[in-house]
Amino acid sequence: MSSFSVTEPSDRQKWIAGILVVGYALITLMPLIWILATGFKSSPDAIAYPPKVLFEPTLEGYVNLFTTQTRQTPEYLEANPPTTWYEEIVHDKGMVIAGPSRFGGRFLNSVIIGFGSTFLSVFLGTLAAYAFSRYRIPLKDDLMFFILSTRMMPPIAVAIPIFLMFRSLGLSDTHAGMILLYTAVNLSLSVWLLKGFMDEIPREYEEAALIDGYTRFQAFCKVVLPQATMGIAATAIFCLIFAWNEYAFAVLLTSGNAQTAPPFIPTIIGVGGQDWPAVAAGATIFLLPVMVFTILLRKHLLRGITFGAVRK
Amino acid sequence: MSETAMDRIAKATPPRVARRIKGFSDRTIAWIFVAPTIFLLLAVNIFPLIWTIRLSFTNYRANRPNAELDWVGLRNYQRILNDGDIWQTMQATAHFLFWTLFFQVLIGFALAWLINRKFKGNDLWTTIIVLPMMLSPAVVGNFWTLLYQPQIGLFNNIVAYFTGADPTSFSMIGDVALAPWAIVIVDTWMWTPFVMLICLAGLRSIPDSIYEAAECDRASKWRQFWTITVPMVLPFLMLAVLFRGIENFKMFDLVVQLTGGGPGNTTTLTSIELKREAFEKWRTGYSSAYGIILFVTVFGLASIYVKALNKVKER
Amino acid sequence: MKTIHLLAAASIAVASGLGATRAHADELTLCWAAWDPANALIELSKDFEQKSGHKMSFEFVPWPNFADRMLNELNSGGQLCDLMIGDSQWIGLGAEAGHYVKLNDFFAAEGISMDDFIPATVTGYAEWPKGTPNYWALPAFGDVVGWTYRKDWFERPELRAEFKEKYGRELEAPNTLAELKDIAEFFQGREIDGKTVYGAAIYTERGSEGITMGVTNALYNFGFEYDDPENPYHLDGFVNSPEAVAGLEFYKQLYDCCTPPGSSDWYMSENIDAYKSGQVALQMNFAFIWPGVNADPNVGGERSGYFPNPAGPGGHFAQLGGQGISVVSYSDSKDAALEYIKWFAQPEIQSRWWDLGGYSALRAVVEDPGFATSQPYAQTFLDSMAIVKDFWAEPAYASLLLSMQERVHNYVIAGQGTAQEALDALVADWVEVFEDEGKL
Repeated sequence: MSSFSVTEPSDRQKWIAGILVVGYALITLMPLIWILATGFKSSPDAIAYPPKVLFEPTLEGYVNLFTTQTRQTPEYLEANPPTTWYEEIVHDKGMVIAGPSRFGGRFLNSVIIGFGSTFLSVFLGTLAAYAFSRYRIPLKDDLMFFILSTRMMPPIAVAIPIFLMFRSLGLSDTHAGMILLYTAVNLSLSVWLLKGFMDEIPREYEEAALIDGYTRFQAFCKVVLPQATMGIAATAIFCLIFAWNEYAFAVLLTSGNAQTAPPFIPTIIGVGGQDWPAVAAGATIFLLPVMVFTILLRKHLLRGITFGAVRK
Repeated sequence: MSETAMDRIAKATPPRVARRIKGFSDRTIAWIFVAPTIFLLLAVNIFPLIWTIRLSFTNYRANRPNAELDWVGLRNYQRILNDGDIWQTMQATAHFLFWTLFFQVLIGFALAWLINRKFKGNDLWTTIIVLPMMLSPAVVGNFWTLLYQPQIGLFNNIVAYFTGADPTSFSMIGDVALAPWAIVIVDTWMWTPFVMLICLAGLRSIPDSIYEAAECDRASKWRQFWTITVPMVLPFLMLAVLFRGIENFKMFDLVVQLTGGGPGNTTTLTSIELKREAFEKWRTGYSSAYGIILFVTVFGLASIYVKALNKVKER
Repeated sequence: MKTIHLLAAASIAVASGLGATRAHADELTLCWAAWDPANALIELSKDFEQKSGHKMSFEFVPWPNFADRMLNELNSGGQLCDLMIGDSQWIGLGAEAGHYVKLNDFFAAEGISMDDFIPATVTGYAEWPKGTPNYWALPAFGDVVGWTYRKDWFERPELRAEFKEKYGRELEAPNTLAELKDIAEFFQGREIDGKTVYGAAIYTERGSEGITMGVTNALYNFGFEYDDPENPYHLDGFVNSPEAVAGLEFYKQLYDCCTPPGSSDWYMSENIDAYKSGQVALQMNFAFIWPGVNADPNVGGERSGYFPNPAGPGGHFAQLGGQGISVVSYSDSKDAALEYIKWFAQPEIQSRWWDLGGYSALRAVVEDPGFATSQPYAQTFLDSMAIVKDFWAEPAYASLLLSMQERVHNYVIAGQGTAQEALDALVADWVEVFEDEGKL
């Protein structure tokens, strides 16, 4: 687009828009910065009255997040001096480290289930969206609405049948079960977003490929898929955000084996009360993978939904 | 432009043509592509749904699998609909739904429009604005209880800083009048970026040529906004509203962590009530009926809405 | 409907089949809430692992989800837990639904006598039906609602003088609920060390059991009864007696006059936060937090004192907390689990339990002459355990609790209706539950 274009906003417009957007971004960032900062506070500072903006940073929250601790008698503490920096932090509070916490395992579960179901829902969604976009399927509109309607059932209402079903299939509290479940929930979004996107890819490309002697399937793999990358990336981000953060199913259907981090983080208990620095540390670390994933696919995110969002 | 060509190949490919060009027939491919999705949805969504419908006509309790099971017909439905509680929770949900959608559309669209002014660094700021959406709602709800604490929380102290009021003079989650707004604020903070992204996608899909043509006709900017921008973005906006609406009707994690449904029943949304019936009282039959009522409500609203959406798209 | 039946039965059968291969006789999982004492139990259990050769693993669920998750586990016949330190109110369900193993024979064989434990804990944590010698658990962790106060503030001469002038008595830990309210009122909104402080942090939480565990401390002491002592499950005139109404009104007055702004959804951990950050002079909380308060850098040691729930016009009680340890009947390692209980019941283990911050319920420990002075809060713990009263422990306790949460929160926090209306509605709710249960 040339700079003479009538659609190019004036410099003054840009400035005002920029200031307003940055202003909003700063407000929206405040709670996030507070979470980030709380992760580096000591427990008393985290609940200081009035709240503390300036504080002495400590890694206490992160140590608490990754370890389980027990209180010990002064004699015991004296006899067992700390040997590492993190033991020292714990030691100063009159505690010793009893072992690693469950956060690592929960985090790993989140990675397996989150990325596993994202892959599966994007994979299945791409196939289905392509078929819906290109073929005459009987009752297409109704099927599309049916797919959307699967998202409307409150998770809590179907949790008991799913729970019983998973039990009888041996899927309860397993990674496979949760991946299937999240995939099913995400398919509606994935099919809807991707179908819109597929509709936008000009059919001439496939046509040409078919004339060149490609089969339909080859045309799909070699021509349509590369064109669809952006839409797939955008869809993947939305699916991952959902699966990564889902709470209701996770809290109701999983326990020791396959529970993800979201039900775990809000409940990290320190000495007596809620351990805010550890909660904040957990929230921060838990945000990172999705954030990195989104930043990596950032360019696709916008252009992806640009093409793919709504067109029927 | 290529409709006719495509029609020939894609829609009406006769089976024998497909067979001539090796590989699967089109119909087979269509089925192979669609079947896994449909099958998974049937197994993981529809089967439990049918099970739930069956349970809703019984007095089944999941915590007593061996107890005698009775068919109670429509009694569960009657009890729910005659009970005042469901209307109270429906009201709370409606308030939450309406105002979150209202603010998210308003702010989300405004932000998208501003970002589309393409000022320097708009990419970076867009990414920053999107961050809250990536957090876990349960963690967000939990952490906002700290932010909302009048004495030690950030929210009241910032409001106090700008208004000069005493930070402890109001309590967002403690006050019956403020609590419904407290949950609206957090949800708006978290999900406005979603609406913004989709609006932005809509804005960027409008070809410049349309504006250029309007400019030639000497249409004012204001007029261009209402006759070009808004109608072109509307389908996108409506899709965003559809997805947010469905999600917020089911809202559970964020609010349950934030207020627990209180004070009293002020923020007891339908899903919170449902969870109490299903997993605390263990009245599985009753809660199944409750779930079905909710499902039918969303289903009905959504199908009307999707019809409208399709109309808008056809324009 | 048969299919559902069959499927449910099949699911449990399948689950048991799977569980059989998973749990080994020498690997025990103990389930409890995730909190301070649980971490102490890990430390304590190392001794058991050493002596028995069994390996212990632990599943700790945080308080807000503890009941949901664990009852879900039990109700579905799950085999996650071999040993369960379940909340006191679950005992009726555990016994009647067959989730817990009855321990009478085991106690008799091993020479464990319930007479060796604090009587209130035996009634509260082990017996079902209450008052009969049928034991489903061994008292594991004694707990009770009590109060913490800022001793350093109470000791300031200028405050003492002002208080005396105003109320005609010394500023000391209160003996009655009315005195408690005076003190809370005295501190409410006061400027101390440049900060505005408030009277008392009390339980007000809506989502799980918070406000019920708080309000009962007022209700009991004004004369509230769960039912007619002569006529079980007869509620009208006991739950909503004029005394009970006065008790509920007192709790609302206390909430309205003397608590920090925004304390509308507070339970254990919010109260601790408020107390430790110096917002309040008094804090209602379970005794389990006292070791943590005592060790706190800001309010610990000499700066804090402890007192039992003060008496009211209708009696002197305190809400019971705490848990007993039970063997889950779906476990494949019941023998090893019983072995753990046998080990845990030993006096020297119980004594070390107390040292690590666990409230032992063994009389040999708490009646030891050195006990009362072993910690600043030990005497208060003993006094409190002598006056405990518990919520319903019926199998349907969760439904009973949900109604109480709703009715009380509606009145006390949301300010809707009157105390009489709230308790009348509660009676109606409870009657409905008992009718559904077939007990009325």
